[in-house]
Amino acid sequence: MVISLIGATIIVFGLAHAKDDPINVFIRAEGYAIGPEQIAALRAKWGLDRPIILQYLTWLSNIARADLGRSVGTNRKVTDILRERWPATMQLAVAAWIVGTFVGIPLGILSAMQRASILDYFLRAFALSGQSVPAFWVGIVGIWIFAVYLGWLPVPTFYGRTDAGFWGQFQYFILPVLVLAWGPIAGYLRITRSAMLEVMDSEYIKLARAKGMGYGRVVAKHAFRNALIQPLTVSALLLAGFMDGAVLVENVFVWPGVGQIAVAAVNDNDFTLLTGIVLLFTILFLAMSFVSDLLYVVIDPRIRLD
Amino acid sequence: MAIADTAQERVPSTIEVVFRSPIVAWDFMRRWPVIPAFVIIVFALATIFTTQFATDDPNKQNLRGSFAPPFWYDEYYENNEYLDSRYLIGADQHGRDIYSRLVHGTRVSITVAFASAFIGMTLGLWAGIASGWFGGWFDEVLTRFVDVWNGLPFLLVALVVAITIGTGLHVLIGLLVMATWVGLVRNIRAEVLTLKTRDYVASARVAGGSDFRIMYRHILPGVLNLLMVLASLRVGGLILTEASLSYLGIGVPSRLPSWGNMISDGREFLDTAWWVSFFPGFCIFLVVMSFNFIGDWVRDKTDPRLRQIR
Repeated sequence: MVISLIGATIIVFGLAHAKDDPINVFIRAEGYAIGPEQIAALRAKWGLDRPIILQYLTWLSNIARADLGRSVGTNRKVTDILRERWPATMQLAVAAWIVGTFVGIPLGILSAMQRASILDYFLRAFALSGQSVPAFWVGIVGIWIFAVYLGWLPVPTFYGRTDAGFWGQFQYFILPVLVLAWGPIAGYLRITRSAMLEVMDSEYIKLARAKGMGYGRVVAKHAFRNALIQPLTVSALLLAGFMDGAVLVENVFVWPGVGQIAVAAVNDNDFTLLTGIVLLFTILFLAMSFVSDLLYVVIDPRIRLD
Repeated sequence: MAIADTAQERVPSTIEVVFRSPIVAWDFMRRWPVIPAFVIIVFALATIFTTQFATDDPNKQNLRGSFAPPFWYDEYYENNEYLDSRYLIGADQHGRDIYSRLVHGTRVSITVAFASAFIGMTLGLWAGIASGWFGGWFDEVLTRFVDVWNGLPFLLVALVVAITIGTGLHVLIGLLVMATWVGLVRNIRAEVLTLKTRDYVASARVAGGSDFRIMYRHILPGVLNLLMVLASLRVGGLILTEASLSYLGIGVPSRLPSWGNMISDGREFLDTAWWVSFFPGFCIFLVVMSFNFIGDWVRDKTDPRLRQIR
């Protein structure tokens, strides 16, 4: 995990030096009245005149002390901006994750239980389309149908969310959460279904049935737990998909989260802010995959991390 | 099925054949991906014969037809004396024909997806084979890199690249290639590790085959099957990623019509002109769904062991 984190910092750092002189990432000299003296001064100020290894180590030690530098666009501390924007993204991600898990896995089991029925075909089509549809487009079409045309839900605005009661705020959550959760629901559904079918085909399930145990009881006590292993291993990967999804969905729904400033940062040429966001998401992802490794052991006693 | 049984017993009469043909057709469609294949063929034709498919210049502006709706809006067209013909599925804010832009966007989107799939697949294939075959530090470094890359949020990395390197078709294809080959290495490598222990590989080595010869003549054919499955599953995802990047403004340059760009063009005019965003997204959905469907089908046909992938 630590090695992965260091690898990630090397990739991000390498990107800054990928094209030419990294000073060009921070300032665009052409067109502005910036002379060579100022550039040299800035170069010295940001330490860009030192050897590249030293630059990397300085940057790394700053990160380790949670100092991500100042945003080029707004001159505020990156950590402050992230602290301000982080809750909104988390609310959205957690809500979508809960919906995805608690809808996707049961639907997968249902689909496997009712194999080759109309319900099964319908659910599989639902899952396949969830993996085929661009999330931002679903968001746009959703806004058009439910907010503009039918008027059932509020049209997303930047601040409207905060000054409403519980129900008022809840309304703002419905569309983005559903849009963000559709992909994970589809992923969980497909994986749970195939895992469940595999488990139901095994010897010990047949034995339990042959002993005269009821179908529901076999599913609940014997099959369910083993069928959960597969979905759990991918849950961290699905969460990684969330991060990408969050960037798009937040932009469609003008959600005041991290994903939205990430795109705004590109227009501001705000490299420090963007690297801060990338590192934040990377750390989160690595932590999640660590947790899912632990859960793996809890659920399946056959696996022990040696 | 019952059809086969009766055919053996006696020759069915014409009435029976006609009566049964819907069932036969349904059975055929269940076994073969007819509809997805049809969709992909249509879009492939649109990619090749773009100028024949398009009815108009995709960049021709006509401000009198700004936000002209699809052809079935009779009321609009009857009250508008400035337009002498109807737009098939409407026009965008500059009065550009959405249908023609869609056709040209098909060429851009499909070409980008296939180019990056081809380069990425080739890279990933050889990286995976070499990693599995040589092992050692090369394998260690490569798998480590794959792990790290998988931990990075792809869209955000793409945004960083947009700042440091810039945007454009080359950068876009480069990013998509990165997204493709890294995903392949693991699966190919695992397959190579099992193929490596086979007797025929050992025989080839005893017979004096060089590393490259064995990889090319004996390992490569063994993983081609897996590659086909992964490829068909991946192309759809690439089209989606390309659209996402273009939507964020860091993919296909905005002067070119692409599906992602078109959705992005129309999102501010949802309340007045839904057709600007709707149709390009629907095309993405159709194509990606067809590719995913065929990918699933190929996978189930060729190798049931692979069902866990994705």
